Amino acid sequence: MNARVKKRYAAERRFRVLGLIAVAVSALFLAFLLVTMAWKGLGGFVRAEAAVTIDFPRSDLIIDPAALRGPQAREVVAAAGLDGILARAAVDNYGPQAEQLFSAAGARSLGRQLIADPALVERRATVWLPVASRVEGAAKGRGDAASEQLVAQIEAQGALRKRFNSDFLTQSDATDPTAVGVWGALKGSFLTIIVTMLLAFPIGVLSAVYLEEFAARNRWTDAIEVSINNLAAVPSIIFGLLGLAVFLNFMHLPRSAPLVGGLTLALMTMPVIVIAGRNAIKAVPPSIRDAALGVGASKMQVVFHHVLPLALPGILTGTIIGMARALGETAPLLMIGMRAFIASPPNGFTDPATALPVQIFLWSDEVDRGFVEKTSAAIIVLLIFMLLMNGLAIYLRNRFERRW
Amino acid sequence: MSLTLALAAVLAVAAIAGWFGYSRAAAIRSSGTGRLHSLPAYHGFYVALWAAVPALLLLAAWAPVQTGLVEQAVLSSPEGQALPDFDLQRNAILSEAREIARGQREAGFNPESSALAPRYAEAEGRMATIGGLVALVLAIGAALLALRRVGVRFRARTGVERWIMALLFAASLIAILTTLGIVLSLMFESLRFFRLVPPAEFLFGTQWSPQIAIRADQVGSSGAFGWIPLLWGTIFIGAIIAMIVAIPLGLMSAIYLTQYAHPTVRAWMKPLLEILAGIPTVVYGYFAALTVAPAVRDFGLTIGVSNASSESALAAGLVMGIMIIPFVSSMSDDSIAAVPQAMRDGSLAMGATKSETIRKVVLPAALPGVVGGVLLAVSRAIGETMIVVMAAGLAANLTANPFDSVTTVTAQIVQLLTGDQEFDSAKTLAAFALGLALFVITLILNLIALSFVRRYREAYE
Repeated sequence: MNARVKKRYAAERRFRVLGLIAVAVSALFLAFLLVTMAWKGLGGFVRAEAAVTIDFPRSDLIIDPAALRGPQAREVVAAAGLDGILARAAVDNYGPQAEQLFSAAGARSLGRQLIADPALVERRATVWLPVASRVEGAAKGRGDAASEQLVAQIEAQGALRKRFNSDFLTQSDATDPTAVGVWGALKGSFLTIIVTMLLAFPIGVLSAVYLEEFAARNRWTDAIEVSINNLAAVPSIIFGLLGLAVFLNFMHLPRSAPLVGGLTLALMTMPVIVIAGRNAIKAVPPSIRDAALGVGASKMQVVFHHVLPLALPGILTGTIIGMARALGETAPLLMIGMRAFIASPPNGFTDPATALPVQIFLWSDEVDRGFVEKTSAAIIVLLIFMLLMNGLAIYLRNRFERRW
Repeated sequence: MSLTLALAAVLAVAAIAGWFGYSRAAAIRSSGTGRLHSLPAYHGFYVALWAAVPALLLLAAWAPVQTGLVEQAVLSSPEGQALPDFDLQRNAILSEAREIARGQREAGFNPESSALAPRYAEAEGRMATIGGLVALVLAIGAALLALRRVGVRFRARTGVERWIMALLFAASLIAILTTLGIVLSLMFESLRFFRLVPPAEFLFGTQWSPQIAIRADQVGSSGAFGWIPLLWGTIFIGAIIAMIVAIPLGLMSAIYLTQYAHPTVRAWMKPLLEILAGIPTVVYGYFAALTVAPAVRDFGLTIGVSNASSESALAAGLVMGIMIIPFVSSMSDDSIAAVPQAMRDGSLAMGATKSETIRKVVLPAALPGVVGGVLLAVSRAIGETMIVVMAAGLAANLTANPFDSVTTVTAQIVQLLTGDQEFDSAKTLAAFALGLALFVITLILNLIALSFVRRYREAYE
């Protein structure tokens, strides 16, 4: 008898440990994922720069400092052939093996520095410029033999440094991994989310109000409720197909524009907001409604002046969670064509754009090893936004939601 | 005149009419001839709504009609009749002319489009003027009629509230229209596909290699469009491997958190699981491709599987399983928490240990909810795209080896639609057929799951 009881207690302990293991596995996986992304991605925020001394008056550069201060400065710089001048200066400084030290990204950075300080053109100056992708790989420990030698040589002269890569947050996509940035994708994502919110929030809240307060309880409204619940669980790629068939092929809206992306994501987010809205409105006690009716309000006034303001925190929480989900969606945006190479940020809602998750997907396909850390860095940026939005939703829920 | 100008004009008329309504009602109130039923603001809104909404609806209905009429007018002009007969080229020239006329581009690839553009602009201007004038007349007429009703006995607030009710109804209609739109658009394109490829070959064929002949004499032009390998891949990764990972972990997490965990542990772990659910799937996919897939391949090679691929079903299934854990866990959590305390107490009073109570009393009682949650999780896993696109590859294999690469329905949809294909070919239409099949499967799963959960909730409430 005693032995049996002991066995049962042992089984109880084992069961409890199994449960703890299950919880621990989930937590450990989350930690593993975040740590791996941080480990691989933090390098993307750091850039290797090399110093090079250029004797501008003696080089082949023909630029008028006044033109650099004028409105056409960018075109002047782009046409000045800075690549060649930079290559020659690198060879002068460090020998013939340094010809590939700088790439087009370095030339563009030099151009930006010249626009910032036009007086540089008139003297011999030492500038710090980002190095080419292969050299940067060697500086971060994963390059080939020739690049590592070059890096060692430059480092010995104290001319290599690592700086925070502010270009990553201000530049757009490029073919060279050292020059890429997420700003274009971020702007595209913002514009898309604005369109989504402007469409999904009013329609979702108004639908929730109607379905919860005014609609009769018959077979039709049951069917509507079932269909909205199903819509919330439909795979997101189906919404992409819908967007492709209706918005692109039937309505001829511009391809890969934030407008179309926002419309597609709005269709996807709207059921989530409807469900959250219905739950929030359902939670407001009937005493509030009865009291308002007793004071003489009409049904519409009861809803809009009393019930809706009280249900608003719950609705906002659901909306923010829905928006966070829309921010991370990739598949529908791929369907409507946001997978092109966009080298400059969009200026309006109808310009071709890309979104941050799509940008991550496109970079993950690239062959150059330098893109691995850039992709992980972009993932870090995306996760930070996710965390902020979810944290905001949780804060709102804890602070403002009333437990009746 | 353009449609945007007409829109602005209608809105301006509505604003002015609303202002007139408001001031007339305010004058009645201040002159003391009688007590108004509604506040003056309601009178103003009533007039403004009657002026704006019918005219705006007319403009919205006119816009697509106008496109058709403009195209007809352009095609009947002398330059339009000189266009080639070939559908695709003619449509290309027309769309280029449209863009030039609207100032969206400077010149097209086809020389005819620059000649056509002035005709386009003229026709568009003419049609827009007609539509705009009709809308304006309607707006002004409706405004005048509404203004006549402003008076002491007039129930403006009721009128406005009827408008708002119509607005609410229209908003809910959009939700239904979306479902209808999905079904209709998928079916429309799928029917076009089934005219090119027989449904029997699609549904029962076991070969998936979507090639389409571009020229009649092209070698290797026969395409096979049987979706069974894709269906198998989807089920293998999403319903088998992912569920093997997710169900034990999710269920045991839910049990531990509801029954055994300290309140602070539960307060921290629930948000943690929510975070796991909130991570974008593209991050999971990249993580799977970067870290999990090479590890799985190395593992496969060490245990002797000679052809372990670097894009294996196991890698994608593992990561997908972990992604699904929060769904299983939260639904099980709800079901277990809803089991009445009386059942638990009764079992404990009979001398059972906590784990025996859970295994023999609570879980069987919560089973419908748990099964519903699992079905919802399966439907989510089946519809998942990014993880499989990035980690599971594109080879359509009918294999039971988890270290092999398989492809799923969603990965193929992405592959078929992000190439450079003209829209009419069977290759791109196949994507819609796949999408329809996916929609039907997830719909059935969701219906079964939701009915399970609903029936279960009724039993205990």
